[in-house]
Order: sequence, then structure tokens, then C-alpha cells
Amino acid sequence: MNRRSFLIGVGAGAAGLEGILAARRAPAHAQGTKLHILRWVDFIPACDVELKRQAGDASKALGAEVQFEFVNGNDLQPRITAAIQSQSGPDIIMMLHNWPHLYANALVDVSDLADWQGKDQGGFYAQSQAGSKVGNQWLALPHGIVGLQIAYRKSWLQEVGQSAWPKTLEEYRQMGMKLKKKGHPIGQTLAHTFGDAPAWSYPLLWNFGGMETDRNGKTALDSKETVESVKFMQAFWKDACDEGGLAWDDTNNNRAFLAGEISCTLNGASIYIAAKRGQDKIKDDKGEPMLRDIEHGPIPAGPKGATAYHVAFSHAVMKYGKSQKLAKDFLKWLDGKEQFGKWFEVAEGFSVGSTKFWEGAPLWATIDPPMKIYRQAAASSRMFGHAGPPSAKATEVYSKYIIVDMYAKAVQGMKAEDAVKWAAGELKKIYG
Amino acid sequence: MKKPIAGGSGSVAGLEVALPHPRTSQASPLTRVLEHEGLLAAALLAPTILLLGVFIAYPFVMGVWLSLTNTSVGNVGHFIGLDNFVKAWNDSIFRTAFWNTSVYTFWATIFKLALGMWLALLLNRNFRGKRLVRASMLLPFIVPTVLSTFAWRWMFDPTFSVLNWLLYRGGFIVTKLPFLSDGVYALWCAIVVNTWRGMPFFAITLLAGLQTINTDLHEAASLDGANGWKRFWYVTWPLLKPVTLVVVVFSIIQTFSDFQLIYVLTGGGPANSTHLLATYAYQIGVATGLLGEGAAISLCMLPVLFIVVWLQLRYLRRLEGA
Repeated sequence: MNRRSFLIGVGAGAAGLEGILAARRAPAHAQGTKLHILRWVDFIPACDVELKRQAGDASKALGAEVQFEFVNGNDLQPRITAAIQSQSGPDIIMMLHNWPHLYANALVDVSDLADWQGKDQGGFYAQSQAGSKVGNQWLALPHGIVGLQIAYRKSWLQEVGQSAWPKTLEEYRQMGMKLKKKGHPIGQTLAHTFGDAPAWSYPLLWNFGGMETDRNGKTALDSKETVESVKFMQAFWKDACDEGGLAWDDTNNNRAFLAGEISCTLNGASIYIAAKRGQDKIKDDKGEPMLRDIEHGPIPAGPKGATAYHVAFSHAVMKYGKSQKLAKDFLKWLDGKEQFGKWFEVAEGFSVGSTKFWEGAPLWATIDPPMKIYRQAAASSRMFGHAGPPSAKATEVYSKYIIVDMYAKAVQGMKAEDAVKWAAGELKKIYG
Repeated sequence: MKKPIAGGSGSVAGLEVALPHPRTSQASPLTRVLEHEGLLAAALLAPTILLLGVFIAYPFVMGVWLSLTNTSVGNVGHFIGLDNFVKAWNDSIFRTAFWNTSVYTFWATIFKLALGMWLALLLNRNFRGKRLVRASMLLPFIVPTVLSTFAWRWMFDPTFSVLNWLLYRGGFIVTKLPFLSDGVYALWCAIVVNTWRGMPFFAITLLAGLQTINTDLHEAASLDGANGWKRFWYVTWPLLKPVTLVVVVFSIIQTFSDFQLIYVLTGGGPANSTHLLATYAYQIGVATGLLGEGAAISLCMLPVLFIVVWLQLRYLRRLEGA
């Protein structure tokens, strides 16, 4: 590729980006330009290593210095607030869930990129769209979805007579009760932590027919169905769970599971992948690699069906940034099939694509059987705010952990009806 | 050649000098400014005022302003009067945080004072390795709070707690104690960590106070037949009171507005049961982005601290007057 063909490519592309991709070399931005990207510390450390490697390639391709910064997932929101208020900080920030709704006024419209990616990669999952599209504008470019399933120890389930994964929540509780008696409780966090706690609490509410808001966005939490879900949680907690879960963050259950302290836990695939990468060290009670004893199952159905919550990830270009064009060029480079494909391979199914295209990736043909459940999981997810829209108010409810706390208060002794009343009151303050 | 001496006005015994009269000489503008008492004072005070203005007054005024607006992240706020304060007062989590802050401050200060005093009295004696012990005692105070609190968090870990393991192995418990997964336990754990961290500050300051007390007073009391407790109560304590009050005032301010320890140890959980005003203000203002509400919660610390500090300083002045 010479300069002439690059320029032809630029001319052919609407914004010159096709030229960048064809040339694998972008027009040089002002010398010394830096691009600062803030992301979480990935549960698959190799993913961050791959991004750092890609940062080197991107620096050459874009003619600017690309730098990643990784922070704990629970520290992202404070960093975003600080950056927006001080009007300085990272050019691109990773968004989780539907955060772009909350920070809408501070984010650059990237609809052009989303249109390109959607067309290029077979259309976005509804979860990615709900998280990143605010009104008619895409305020963040979807990157991936981390599916959450329940990791469990096959042999321990068999020991209590459970040959197949429970189909209903009640069956799950009964099984958990037997497991707890044998010293293998279920591990579930109900603390203020960004992933595992809401990913359990919201589907639990939905599976009983409860909802945060109705279709018009009006508070609808205070219902018989919600009370029933809370009562179930109280019994489930007492009968089946490790009660230390009230103080767990998103990493505690990984450690507890890999140490053989718990039998089941809702999680991304990071437990399985860690067991696979460390199979020489991570063993079961018989001294065999624990990996062989791990399987995944979905959150069982409640009286009103089976739902799930999978965490949508996206990247937002910050309005205060001085290199917005460069930032958008970088996102197109990062989410292109070539670069994302490499990162996707490294993630080994922990993070799936935000578009359906990645369901057909070669990875799935060779992946271990326990990981296959993650392939299409993203398609079945609901978003915060259900049955209403995933608005900024829904993000506020999430950020205050009101739904999670409703269950946490109840398992600590508050009456189910009172816990629901408290949460409904908090929601009313937000939704009006 | 005789050199003129500035400020002189004629010949002095033994010296023959030719000095200019200050009124008649022409001083430079800078000299004139520097000789002007008011201007000089302003020039000397300016850097301090600037620093105080930028780093204390401005953030404080901004905080007050934010608390009176509905500012949220990325959105310009409008004046809403005292709505944020009313909202905070009607918020059950705020009331829990306020109560927690009071309990946390009260008990942590009591423990720090009692244990710090005990430690100071021990360290005031002569023994081998006294200096080493005194220096090592400061370690909890020197280690960054975040670091030491992480260590405590591991010790209280719900799954892998070494304390639970020791108690279980020692036959003291049959099930794990819910150090951080029960609100009451978690708050007391936080009080313990705060006491561990803050006690050296009390001890070292009280020790400094103890060393200013004239030993003759103790000897005189002994000759009068006073036992150890009476010597402490009638000699040491009255003389140590002013120092103690100052330390307590500092401690109350620091403990009441504590953030790091709770943020790292419990994050305010489980279910908001260990939030202090500072951590709750952070969660609402910074994590959720409701800056106006967060500022209002934060400012609620001010009147309480103001009253406590004012009462204590007033008492201190009375002591000094007496």
C-alpha cells in the first residue's frame, strides 16, 4: 500500500476510515497526539495484555500514541464523574450496562460508527442497543457482552442426587439446601458490586413477574410478584447460600469457587477460564484438575419464566476530549473484524461480541463444551428499567443498588413486604 | 575613607560619619512599599491568603453552592434552595449514615483515648528498647490507610478470614463470624480498625504531654501518701487535660469525616448498613453523579463538627483561664 492507494481508499470511504483499514495505516494526526483510553481490569488478564499489544499497533496505524489505563470495575463510575466535571481525563471511557444514558450530555454522538458496525457485523444485540443508544443517537460504540451463567461443580451436584441442572428456582433452592448441608453452599453476592449482584437480583425479580417500571416508565416495583421474589430470596439465602456473600465483590466468588468453598455461583466464564489456564494448580478434592468438574447452567426459571441479565460493554468518546476524530478512528479500528477478532479469540468466550456476527466465529467450533452456553446468551438479556425504557433513571436505580439492597435487606431480617416498600419508595423518589 | 552608615544622622563618639538624612534622601519605590507597614503585611500575607482561598475557601464555597443546586454529572444545575437537605433528611440511608457516623466517632474516640493513654503511661517508663518500641508503635499511623485497611479486609474476609480460622481452630467458634457480612459486626470491625490506626497518634501526643509534667510533683504526691491511681487522677490527669482535649478535637474531626477506611473495608455495605456520611456522600455525589445531593450530605457534617469543636475549645479556654 503506497500513499496513492491510501488516498484512493480515503476518497472512496465516507470519512476516510476505509482507507485506514485498507492501508492499515491512518493519516498521521498531529505529532505528539495521545489517546487515553480508560477500561476496567479484565477478569481475563490476557485480554488486557492483548489490548496493550493492540495499542502498539494502533499507535503505528493512527500516527498517535495510544495508551490504555485499567482500573477496578467498581471505580469506573467515580472516574467518569470526576472526568466529566473537571472536563479533562481519558478520551475514551469504557461504559458498562446502560451508563451512556446517565452521562448522555458528556458523550459524543457515534451513530456513524454504530451504523457502520451494525451493517458490517450483522446487527447489534438488543442488549447492546439498549445500553448505548439514547433516543436516536448512539452515545457509545458497543464492544462486547459478558454473559453471566451459573458455574457449578458437577460431582457435588451428583452427590446430592442432582443429575441435571435445575429447571426452576425452587428446584435450585432445594438442591442448594442439600449442598449447604454437605458443606458446599451456593455463593451469591448481594453487595454493592457492579456485575454479579445486579445480574442475579434483576432476573430474580423478573422471573417472579416483578418489574422496576411498567411499559410507560412508571414505578411498578411494589407488587405481589416482587414480594414473592423477595420471600424466595430469604429462604434461598438461609437454606442454600454462603451468608458471607453480603460482603462479596465481583472477585470473591471466583476465589471461593476455585478454592472449593462453594458449589455454584453466578458469574462470567472467568472461573472456568482461570481453572483452565491454571489447571496444574487448581485441583478438586480428589487432586484432579477442577476444570473437568465445572459446568455452566442458566438462572433457573421462576413462576413467570426464565430471564437473564448479561453485562453490555461499550466505549464512549468524551465530549471534553481534544482528539474526538482520532478517538472515533481508533474505535473503528478496535471494533473492526480484524482487531476485535484477535481480542475475541483471547477472551475465549468470556466476552462475546455485541453483534450477531460473532456467533459464527471459528472459536465456537473448537471451544470446550461447558463454554458453548455463552455463544448465544447475549440474545436473551433484558436491560435495567424493564418493562420500561432503559433510561438514565434506571441507571440511577442501578448505581444506588436499590434492587440489590431490597434483597440484601430482606435476607438480613427485614420483612419481605417492608423491603419491597422501602425499595419502591426509593424508586418513587427517582422516577417521580 | 569613612563609610556612611544608613540611618545615622551625624557624628557619633569615635566615629566620623557622613550620613544622609532619611527625610532628604530619595528612596526607591520598592523600598517605599516595603517600608509601608500595611502594604508589607499585605504582601507577606498574600501567598497564604491565595493558598487558603484556592484550596480551602473555593472548594468550600463551591460545595455550598452545589448543595443548593440540582447539579448532576454533565448537567448544569439550577438553584433549588434547601431541597437537597430536605431530601437527605427524609432519606432512610442518610439517617443510618448519620447514626453510624456518630456511633463510629464516639466509640472509636473513646477507645483511642483509653488505649492511647494506657500506652502513653507505659511508654513513659524507663525500660530497655524504649526508643525502638516508641518508634514501632507509630507504624499503624505511618502505613497508608488504604494499605493497612486492605490487610484488615483480608483478615475479616467472609471466606478466608484468618481470624475465623484461628477462632475455629482454637475451639472458640463452630461457624464463621460474619465480620463484614453483618451490618453490626461490620461497623464494629471498622471501629476496631480505626482504633488500631488512630491509637498511636493519641499515645505519642499524650506521651509528649506526660514528659512535660515535672517529676517533683509526683514525688511530692508520693510523700503525701498518694498511690498510683491517686497520683494519676490528682496530678497527671489535670495537667494532661489541655493536651488531651486538643487530641480529642483532632480525632473527632478526622473520625467524623472518615472516608478511606470504610470505603476500603466495607464500601458502606452490606446494604448501606455501614455507610458514614462521607462514604454515602461519595456514593451519591461521585458514583451516582448526583453532585448537588452529594454535596448536601457532605455539608451535614459541618454543623455537628462545628458545635463539638466549639464546645471543646471553649472548655479548653476555661481550663487555661483557671
